[in-house]
Amino acid sequence: MVTRGFSSGRKPPTDTDARIPPGQYLEQGFPVLSAGPTPRVRTEDWSFTLKHGPRPIKKWNWTEFNALPLTKMTRDIHCVTAWTKFDTAWQGVLVDDILADAGIEPPTGFTLALSFDGYTTNVPTKDLTAGKAMVALLYEGKPITPDHGGPARLLIPHLYFWKSAKWLNGLQFTERDEPGFWELRGYHIYGDPWREQRYTGDP
Amino acid sequence: MSDGPAAQSPWQTVTIRRIEKRTPRVTSFFLQPSRPFAYRAGQHVDVRLTAPDGYQARRSYSIASAPEAGETIELAIERLDDGEVSPFFHDIAAVGDEVELRGPLGGHFVWSDSDGGPLLLVGGGSGVVPLMAMIRHRAARRSAVPVALVFSARVWDEVIFRDELIDFHDRRDGFDLVLALTREPARRPADYSRRVDAAMMEQSMVRLPAPPRFAFVCGSNAFVSAAAQALIDAGVPASLIRTERYGV
Ligand SMILES: Cc1cc2nc3c(=O)[nH]c(=O)nc-3n(C[C@H](O)[C@H](O)[C@H](O)COP(=O)(O)OP(=O)(O)OC[C@H]3O[C@@H](n4cnc5c(N)ncnc54)[C@H](O)[C@@H]3O)c2cc1C
Repeated sequence: MVTRGFSSGRKPPTDTDARIPPGQYLEQGFPVLSAGPTPRVRTEDWSFTLKHGPRPIKKWNWTEFNALPLTKMTRDIHCVTAWTKFDTAWQGVLVDDILADAGIEPPTGFTLALSFDGYTTNVPTKDLTAGKAMVALLYEGKPITPDHGGPARLLIPHLYFWKSAKWLNGLQFTERDEPGFWELRGYHIYGDPWREQRYTGDP
Repeated sequence: MSDGPAAQSPWQTVTIRRIEKRTPRVTSFFLQPSRPFAYRAGQHVDVRLTAPDGYQARRSYSIASAPEAGETIELAIERLDDGEVSPFFHDIAAVGDEVELRGPLGGHFVWSDSDGGPLLLVGGGSGVVPLMAMIRHRAARRSAVPVALVFSARVWDEVIFRDELIDFHDRRDGFDLVLALTREPARRPADYSRRVDAAMMEQSMVRLPAPPRFAFVCGSNAFVSAAAQALIDAGVPASLIRTERYGV
């Protein structure tokens, strides 16, 4: 339906069209969205735990985690509130490298990302491996600010950005695909921006 | 708190039935859905505009009306001069026009009187909109849940829903309005003329008969960060605080 009197003043140049998923618009800033107050996690208190169900597989403190191989990832990110930001530059530890350090293959097909504030989000394990996702420690070369999920956040750039859990403190392998925080509150179980899977019931 | 998944909600065409200027920068649009539209206080909708060449812009807006309000849903939209969608509403949209809308959305920043209280609501600017839906819902249900609203605006004339809020306050039935004007002296005895801080939160909580069961904070990102921190510094457990950030 064409809206009376609305014209496309903000239409991005066509050479970037192919990078903007349906229903998204290009944003230069970096908006912040979250369900509660921003936790201030000190790196002294930070830890990251890999779990299979309730059972811990391995736990790292900040120093140990920072000793893992660091990888750079520069990617477009897509927020479900309809902004897309190009070329965000992150550095962190690939989930592949975390698994390698723990000496395991992924034990199940699904994973829950766990955060310090109790937030969870679910993702199929194959969306985390093969270089697709990392635990990011730096944004544009600097420590990630608390607002943006620091000290460490998950980065899964090919899914809507709520899947890239802030204030991450663990990954838990689960037998089933268990809906996380927003997935229980009306958001899509998978969240592919290119298929516009925003809300429960979207194809 | 009822956090069930939202039902499937495809786009629908809504008609603008009424337009009402609230403050110099905020105007309310009363939209008539074409399909039944049940929602909870605090939820938002997505609005989509389409240009003749197919280009679309989409933004989220909180619902200001109470679920009990009847036929139309009210959105209160602040004009951002260099924005894309809010100036369209202010400058072009007219009664009888149609836009596309999807919702209701969001299952976290919601409150029903059956969830209980007391409630501490903290809004900055247009961030008062979803809180207004909660306050109107409370009034419509004749709920006795104690509610305090701390509402920060720049000046008296930018206090959205001012007369209605003062009217609710004057009923003395458990709703308290505290205004924090950041660029003008306070006008009501218990109001402030400074930005929200921990001391203000402590004093506002004293107006409630018991510590808040939930705190809802809404506004720009900078406002929400500052207000949520003020609540935490005033001793409100982080787990009770729910936030809605307008992003910019
Ligand atoms: C859950 C939720 C609920 C909301 N509820 C409300 C509400 O009840 N009322 C309300 O008023 N708002 C609400 N908002 C905010 C609303 O969604 C919009 O962000 C707001 O109306 C601005 O949209 P816009 O298109 O006018 O401005 P945009 O075009 O998005 O621009 C916003 C600002 O960013 C700058 N900007 C961004 N991109 C560009 C660009 N390419 N060129 C130039 N400048 C740019 C501009 O300076 C402008 O001031 C809500 C947001 C969320 C997430």
